[in-house]
Amino acid sequence: MIEVDVEALGVRALNERLHRLPPDTNERLWKITNPKGAHALAAGLDRPLTIEIEGHVGYYCGGMNKQAEITIRGHAGPGLAENIMSGVIRVTGNASQSAAASGRGGLVVIDGDASSRCGISMKGVDIVVGGCVGHMSAFMAQAGHLVVCGNAGAHLGDSIYEAVIYVGGDVESLGSDCIEKPMTDVHRSKLEQLLASAGLRARAERFRRFGSARQLYNFKVDHAAQY
Amino acid sequence: MCGIVGLFLKKTALEPFLGKHLSAMLDALSDRGPDSAGFAIYRNPAPRGSVKLTLFHPEPDFGWDHLAREMSEEIGSEVRGEARGSHFVLTAAMPVETARHWLSRHRPGVRIMGVGDCIELYKEKGNPRDVVRRFGLDKLAGSHALGHTRMATESAVTTQHSHPFSTGLDLCLVHNGSLSNHNRMRQWLSRHGIEFQTDNDTEVAAGYFTHLLGEGATLEQALKSGISDLDGFYTFAIGTKDGFAVVRDPIACKPAVLAETDDWVAMASEYRAIAHLPGADQSRIWEPSPATVYSWKKH
Repeated sequence: MIEVDVEALGVRALNERLHRLPPDTNERLWKITNPKGAHALAAGLDRPLTIEIEGHVGYYCGGMNKQAEITIRGHAGPGLAENIMSGVIRVTGNASQSAAASGRGGLVVIDGDASSRCGISMKGVDIVVGGCVGHMSAFMAQAGHLVVCGNAGAHLGDSIYEAVIYVGGDVESLGSDCIEKPMTDVHRSKLEQLLASAGLRARAERFRRFGSARQLYNFKVDHAAQY
Repeated sequence: MCGIVGLFLKKTALEPFLGKHLSAMLDALSDRGPDSAGFAIYRNPAPRGSVKLTLFHPEPDFGWDHLAREMSEEIGSEVRGEARGSHFVLTAAMPVETARHWLSRHRPGVRIMGVGDCIELYKEKGNPRDVVRRFGLDKLAGSHALGHTRMATESAVTTQHSHPFSTGLDLCLVHNGSLSNHNRMRQWLSRHGIEFQTDNDTEVAAGYFTHLLGEGATLEQALKSGISDLDGFYTFAIGTKDGFAVVRDPIACKPAVLAETDDWVAMASEYRAIAHLPGADQSRIWEPSPATVYSWKKH
């Protein structure tokens, strides 16, 4: 395992080192110490690396990630795993606002709570939160899954498209055009699969499913002729 | 953008290092606000019957000692002072209004930055690192302090437009965000006798809290009213004589982190500013919830 003190090396030098690794690199295991809230740590990776970050990180950690598996032992600032494409990003603590925003693929696991706007505009990423999520989570969520083992804040799934939300606890309120939908065996099995891939033990039976009522403007066929 | 920081010490043994820690916190948030910086530090309470005023004049060699001597002779009370950069902390054995009145008559170009028993308020244009050095913040002891690094959006980059804004005796406000109803609110407050020195939105919030506190509201009540009356984006940190408070608007786009140990409570726009405090690794860290007032007070 390669150990890097990012406070000594600097974020830019660390990220450049990770970006320059060839596709067949043997330097696959990395431990990053002393993050001290630094921004954009391990952002833009495109190699099958395993990275452990020991401590709290700032904005945009693991942004645009492809292939890499990043574990943050601490809390994460805003925009964790923003626009993630593939790979896995895990936070053992809490994540601030807009976690996994616009994510197109991969898996984001937050063991603790996620703040407001978790999964905003998600486009295919799977997000599993062990605790609660804040207000406006899954706002305009287009595809993918958001699993919340705890409670969800106000306006969950506002203006949602085709993403699917599972919540184990209470929902403060649903956003515009977001409704509860029946849990079928298909959904329960998908949820179990998501929980298992996140390594979280929660009983799928207590979860409810939410998704789009498809009643907003863009779902109306009457408007199709205008384009 | 802007960055805000606050540090409240629970143990007096740490008080000699307050300025040093706050300097490092402001430095860490320099890139959130490179235009100007400021801080309010609570220290050296004025003797009973005296008041402390932090004064500012843009002239580098302004005659502060002459001002103190003249004021003392004319009013017949003891007046002491200490220059710190472009600011001067005046301790005068007289009621606040006497001091204010004398200054407006005899030194109309002098601006009063903060008034109270303990508060000292310093702010200026320039990179935060340079600003705190000019005021020698790292050597200042105190019980608690707030600071701000400014990236201007709503009004000009001048010393007067910098934060903190004083909000009455021993009160001050730092703000990350922008208010959208400040013009109408300023008109309303002006009709209720609140005076404004600039067209800055944060000064309106400061004036709003001053107004409510003057009407008898507690700080907690005033901050709660602000959640419905002040429209816009904000994370506010408010300093009082014996504590500080933090509140975010209901949408809570503007970041904020709180951290607490047995020795201190810290607030910052980002964890980066807290990371270097002693024991930060082991502190309890959380994000303040939207539309919720958090406050700490000395026991």
